[in-house]
Amino acid sequence: MNVQTAPEKLTAKDYATDQEVRWCPGCGDYAILKSVQRTLADLQADPEQTVFVSGIGCAARFPYYMETYGFHTIHGRSPAIATGVKLANPELDVWVVGGDGDMLSIGGNHTMHVLRRNVDLQILLFNNEIYGLTKGQYSPTSHIGTRSPSTPFGSVDRPVSAAQFAIGAGGRFVARSVDILQKHLPVVLKRAYENKGASFVEIFQNCLVYNDAVFSHFTEKSVQADMQIHVEHGEPLIFGTESNKGLRMKNDVLELEIVTIGEDGVTEGDILLHDETNRPLAMLLASMQPPAFPVALGVLYCDPAPTYDGAVHDQVNAIKDEKGEGDFDKLLRQGHTWEV
Amino acid sequence: MSEVTAIERPEEKRDEVESAVVRFAGDSGDGMQLTGTQFTLTAALAGNDLATFPDFPAEIRAPAGTTFGVSAFQINFGARRIMTSGDDLDVLVVMNPAALITNLSDVKPGGIVIADTGSFTDRNLAKAGYDGNPLDDDSLDKYRVVKIDMSRLTVEAVKDYGLSNKDALRSKNMWALGLVYWMYGRRRKASTDWLNAKFEKRPEIAGANIAALNAGHAFGETAEMPAEIGGYNIPAAEIAPGLYRTVTGTDAIALGLLAGTRLANLGLTFCSYPITPASALLHQLAAMKEFGVVTFQAEDEIAAVGAAIGASYAGSLGVTSSSGPGIALKMEAIGLAIATELPLIIVNSQRAGPSTGMPTKTEQSDLYQAVFGRNADAPLPVISVSSSTDGFEVAIEAVRLATKFMTPVMLLTDGYLANASEPWLIPDMADYAPFEVKFRTDPKDFQPFTRDDDTLARPWVKPGTPQLAHRIGGIERADGSGHISYDADNHQKMTDLRAAKINGIADDIPEQEIDQGEAGASLVVVGWGSTYGPISRAVNNMRNEGFNVAHIHLRYIWPLPRNLGDLLKGFGQVLVPEMNKGQLVTLLRAQYLVAAEGFNKVNGKPFLINELETAIRGRLEN
Ligand SMILES: Cc1ncc(C[n+]2csc(CCOP(=O)(O)OP(=O)(O)O)c2C)c(N)n1
Ligand code: SF4
Ligand SMILES: [Mg+2]
Repeated sequence: MNVQTAPEKLTAKDYATDQEVRWCPGCGDYAILKSVQRTLADLQADPEQTVFVSGIGCAARFPYYMETYGFHTIHGRSPAIATGVKLANPELDVWVVGGDGDMLSIGGNHTMHVLRRNVDLQILLFNNEIYGLTKGQYSPTSHIGTRSPSTPFGSVDRPVSAAQFAIGAGGRFVARSVDILQKHLPVVLKRAYENKGASFVEIFQNCLVYNDAVFSHFTEKSVQADMQIHVEHGEPLIFGTESNKGLRMKNDVLELEIVTIGEDGVTEGDILLHDETNRPLAMLLASMQPPAFPVALGVLYCDPAPTYDGAVHDQVNAIKDEKGEGDFDKLLRQGHTWEV
Repeated sequence: MSEVTAIERPEEKRDEVESAVVRFAGDSGDGMQLTGTQFTLTAALAGNDLATFPDFPAEIRAPAGTTFGVSAFQINFGARRIMTSGDDLDVLVVMNPAALITNLSDVKPGGIVIADTGSFTDRNLAKAGYDGNPLDDDSLDKYRVVKIDMSRLTVEAVKDYGLSNKDALRSKNMWALGLVYWMYGRRRKASTDWLNAKFEKRPEIAGANIAALNAGHAFGETAEMPAEIGGYNIPAAEIAPGLYRTVTGTDAIALGLLAGTRLANLGLTFCSYPITPASALLHQLAAMKEFGVVTFQAEDEIAAVGAAIGASYAGSLGVTSSSGPGIALKMEAIGLAIATELPLIIVNSQRAGPSTGMPTKTEQSDLYQAVFGRNADAPLPVISVSSSTDGFEVAIEAVRLATKFMTPVMLLTDGYLANASEPWLIPDMADYAPFEVKFRTDPKDFQPFTRDDDTLARPWVKPGTPQLAHRIGGIERADGSGHISYDADNHQKMTDLRAAKINGIADDIPEQEIDQGEAGASLVVVGWGSTYGPISRAVNNMRNEGFNVAHIHLRYIWPLPRNLGDLLKGFGQVLVPEMNKGQLVTLLRAQYLVAAEGFNKVNGKPFLINELETAIRGRLEN
């Protein structure tokens, strides 16, 4: 009798390569790597249909550690290169990984266009608010006053918010998580994977060496509950140690306010429900900043739209259907011809 | 009006000439490009060999009547092999004073200038910078000037069609075309057919244009032309039999890229960002979707080359195209393709520079950029197109080299070739041997940076292939495994291997042949790119005069053909004409220590045959 054995289930380990991981010990990138490997195992993603494309930076070393296809490219250009991969083979599952410098500084233009085109990719931006690989210069996400080798007296330029940028650029899926949130991050990654289109995930990542604790004001265990709000579609926007704080739209102005359930006659029914298809709301959530507001984490915005790579191939196929498969000899003889 | 064919005219009135150069020049709105294209088609149908050169203003909508708004179209057609669009003009047709002032110096002494007097108004004369009317003074005495009020005659000819004066005047170019058709005994049928088809939905416009064409023709026929300007007859040229069409260099490259990927059995992913004069290639390929061609107009040149590299990584052939400034932006990414050893084609339609330079003018000054213009030791093959039709073969060769050697290939063409057209004997694809790409699928002993013994190419693996998952990147790769490696000896080895792979292409390409003349001649003219036509004709003329001169024209710029050094050393003198300050000549001197001498010009225009003849003569007559 034949014994049918079920195909072996892949575990997180099966997605790890034998390459020695070279991030600094304690770097937030390790935690993200673990989360991604776990997510792929949960999804039983086919490693051979999966491609990791990255630019340059500490974050961008990522593909070397994933037992999938991988392409470590050049600084800032990974969104463009990944677009080409999807144009050539839309069937592949393509993840793009890069840092805040890679994707918002040198490659900001490509990030904008990959989002507005809605190329079917998972884009993971590891935001450590610093240039790690080049030894700690400030980055376009660094807050004003960041002291770094290139700004010894503190930076003076205003930072960009990755999530707001992504929503503004026309991204149809924008989410946020934190390296150390090992329960939250895989859930967000899974949502990103399931969304067809450009799924943008900003991951706050601690650079232990050059920008340690820059997010501690909302990631420290002691402040997490009050300084983070984990948004979920259809659920009230409630947070706080006692789960009694909530977000509400102000009357008359397009602004959010924090209210306390049980105070001033506020009930749970007064709290705004998260609607991830509501773009203005997503923008308001993305713009919240401590200490006045908690940092919004989770899927801030998800409103799927047709993908660019899909539309390109649909058009090619429609034209093939309409005109028939191209006849090259006919093409060579196109226009006026004459016999000599 | 019925069509009177030229055949019905008394033949004795027609002088037989071997070839002629005609230029139509007018305001951007005068339809000169259309006129020239129609004249070209008719010349081809009459069996002439020909070459054309359109010259349009850089400004999209230059103010009417200004010198920078002049648009011109030149055609050289004849009963013999035509190599260039012609040095001097036999006939210049000008539709306004600005066209006269900007084009007159190109007319041969004694050449014919046909001017529309109706447009030589005070206002237009002033806009062109004339103090008086040159048609009225003696300034044009060197030429045979035919003054015709084409504006008025056109309006009259089309009056039955109920058009406004402005619309009626739009047919003026057809009137001029009709007249020149008469001069060369040409049939009008191809143009009337074309007009009827183009304006199928607006028969009154078709009718007016045809009426103008016929009126211009009748003007010549009814002997209203000055007596000394008779008709000419240019017999059919001796051309290899077969089916012909005209192609510009852009047409030929577009078709060649598609032909090449079909021979390689690959998808074509063409990624570009608009820039003059390269955009037309994007436009053409974007219209070829029924062949499965995917085109991507990227956000910039860097994204374009990036997407092309991504496409090649995923198993299609990525092609990107631009002009010099855009190629400069692509260079870092081209280095990535060199490092990761992925096929890629970069088409450079060179233009006059540096910086924005003169976008619509031609030059061949990106040879250094192509061969040397990257950081670090980053060699890649560079090949060049020497005539509009040659683009087809060169594009196929680019695909073959890129896929056989797993390397980016730089294909150099230029602004002249991009727009210039010539007749093309339509190839039979059955004559081309396929070179199907074999993707690696066998997992046994697979490593991404092992090499083919002959070509030194690494395997090409499509992501999605079972059991071959691997990582590549721009950080130096260990020989074989492709793992990140900072090992000093490994870097030396990989750098040597990359260079050896590209140098080895010299053993794969044909040895250099001599285009005309014999090895060991007193002087050899060595050219590359679009100078082929003028060099070829000049060398031919000089040889007919008895000079011992030869012509070598390079398709392969890097690596150079392996016999080239020995070949060059056999000649008395080596002269290298280039539309740059001396780039190939430097390369030849550096490679072979030969006393090659440059002959250079960068005025935005192709070489004239007589400039080259003078240069050759000067070196052979002491
Ligand atoms: C064209 C180019 N310019 C500059 C660099 C140097 N460089 C490498 S990574 C980097 C910034 C990295 O910062 P980020 O993208 O935030 O990644 P992180 O190291 O913080 O993860 C820079 C400036 C480069 N590799 N290439
Ligand atoms: S420099 Fe910072 S970001 Fe880079 S590996 Fe070290 S800790 Fe991580
Ligand atoms: Mg960073």
